[in-house]
Amino acid sequence: MVSTVIPFGPQHPVLPEPVHFKLKIEDEKVVDAIPAVGFVHRGLECLVAKKDFVQMTQVVERVCGICSAMHGMCYCMGIEEMMGIEIPKKAAFLRTVWTELHRIHSHLLWFGLYADAFGFESLFMQFWKIREKIMDINEATAGSRVIISVNVIGGVKRDISPEHRQWILSTLDEVEEALRDLEKVVYEDYTIRKRTVGIGVLSKEKAYELGASGPMARGSGIDIDARSLGYAAFPDLDWEPIVEYGGDCFARAKVRFREMLQSIGLVRQAFQKMPRDEEIAVKVTGRPEGEVITRVEQPRGECLYYLKGNGSKNLDRCRIRTPSFANFPPIMSMLIGCRLADVPVIILSMDPCISCTER
Amino acid sequence: MAIEAEDTPLEQLMWKVVTLKEAGYRFLTLTALEVDEETAEIIYHFDINLQMKNLRVRFPKGTKIPSISPIYFAAFWAENEVIDLLGITFSGLKIDYHGTMYLDAEDKDTVKTPFCRYTFVKKEAE
Amino acid sequence: MKMLPEIIKNLFRKKATRNYPAVKRVPFPNVRGELVNDISQCIFCKICETKCPANCIEIDKDKRTWTYDPMECVYCGICSESCPKKCLSHKPEYRPPMTKRQVITLRGKPLPPKPAPEEKKSDTDTSS
Repeated sequence: MVSTVIPFGPQHPVLPEPVHFKLKIEDEKVVDAIPAVGFVHRGLECLVAKKDFVQMTQVVERVCGICSAMHGMCYCMGIEEMMGIEIPKKAAFLRTVWTELHRIHSHLLWFGLYADAFGFESLFMQFWKIREKIMDINEATAGSRVIISVNVIGGVKRDISPEHRQWILSTLDEVEEALRDLEKVVYEDYTIRKRTVGIGVLSKEKAYELGASGPMARGSGIDIDARSLGYAAFPDLDWEPIVEYGGDCFARAKVRFREMLQSIGLVRQAFQKMPRDEEIAVKVTGRPEGEVITRVEQPRGECLYYLKGNGSKNLDRCRIRTPSFANFPPIMSMLIGCRLADVPVIILSMDPCISCTER
Repeated sequence: MAIEAEDTPLEQLMWKVVTLKEAGYRFLTLTALEVDEETAEIIYHFDINLQMKNLRVRFPKGTKIPSISPIYFAAFWAENEVIDLLGITFSGLKIDYHGTMYLDAEDKDTVKTPFCRYTFVKKEAE
Repeated sequence: MKMLPEIIKNLFRKKATRNYPAVKRVPFPNVRGELVNDISQCIFCKICETKCPANCIEIDKDKRTWTYDPMECVYCGICSESCPKKCLSHKPEYRPPMTKRQVITLRGKPLPPKPAPEEKKSDTDTSS
């Protein structure tokens, strides 16, 4: 048995962000995998000392580009709980609309990279073409394509007019029709099935013990979704967590596909149940004091915020635990025993967002 | 307002974590913060069925904390980050990066923890 | 082979790309693009400087200058919302690409001269 150490380098065509794995290989099977991160560390948690708690909303939104509105929402929810502020119901529904749109565009981005991982360029381009429609909705309603900056402490900044509402609903109809056309390709194509079924299996017990979250856990049969905690408008909406039992890369792709279709349904429900004439934000006075823990469900899993204030305009501590951070130990256990050619597909099936991992 | 956290002395930490593991809790994360000049504290967050349980451990700076990675393997990842950012050391870590997880090995001694102080540098217009 | 129906349909659909820069997209209104300041209305109150999260605005009250770095700006919109005179606003186009780092400095109108104190004294003298 010849054993070598191969670097799965920081630069790789399949990775959206740089991460490094040292793979110990014995005759094409991976025996050990040690991750090394630190290429994108910006030290954003230290900025609480310099920026006051209102400016921190902008800092926190820039932790990740793909789930930025959810970071902003979680931070604002934490500060509102600390200061005892209650936001109007319309603002809760508007936050739900924008964050579910974020979930759709994040999963579409992931599907494009997933198809690119086995060289299926035409499917990659199809998914990103559909994603452009969601980016246009973001730009027209909130002001910017990616980092929408629409959450403030006490509510949201902008409202959605009735014309925009009609336009969003018709665009979502087009998106749903395009996704149904591609459903057969994702579920039944021979090449895709050969590369993903049975690869990177994570059993239910291991997923629970190693702290997996999001589609990694739901693809292995664990029925857990942080939206059940009942924040924003979710207590008024009708939905259920999506669970698959395969535990392999194919099951995780199925979970994400079904979540996209479920999010389209959630946006439609939110528009129906949204109160029509109400204000969108309340005035905020005072300084935050005390400590609070908030959790939301991001596209990649469950995100936890620990905020501590001491009565001055700078917070004492803002600790962010992102789902990509929590999904690293399960990846190490999934890589052991697989072939070298399957390593990119397995790492991509966890949806690594390295700028979230090492803010 | 404060979160519900059980104050745990350092000696009872491992015993409490073992009882939580047997009750079926999963490990979420740990938060390390600086209370004042001499004391630091670590809060451990656990969860079962979306109900959280927190353990708060306070200790003087410079003590070596027993690592919980023999019980919960996933904790080694969060503990290595705490070594980098706050300079707290752990004993018994399953995989130890010795402070090079985020920082380079050469910068380790020049960059001072906790939460290395830094300044703004703006590039001049040409 | 399941992709074949989609590929054949794509032969007859219109192109998904635009022939930029010959054809430019019509921008949406209310987009947070380039920041402009109507300096004649500005009162140099320094609210935009205090609230900016990126520290890209510098104001000198004595010299009546407003300095802005368009490359440091993150286009969050906090300054234009908190301006009391509403002289800051966003254009719907994004800022054009630059080859060198530039900083924009605008100078406001000088203040009108204050009335001289001797006139006030003579008023009180004549009244008594």
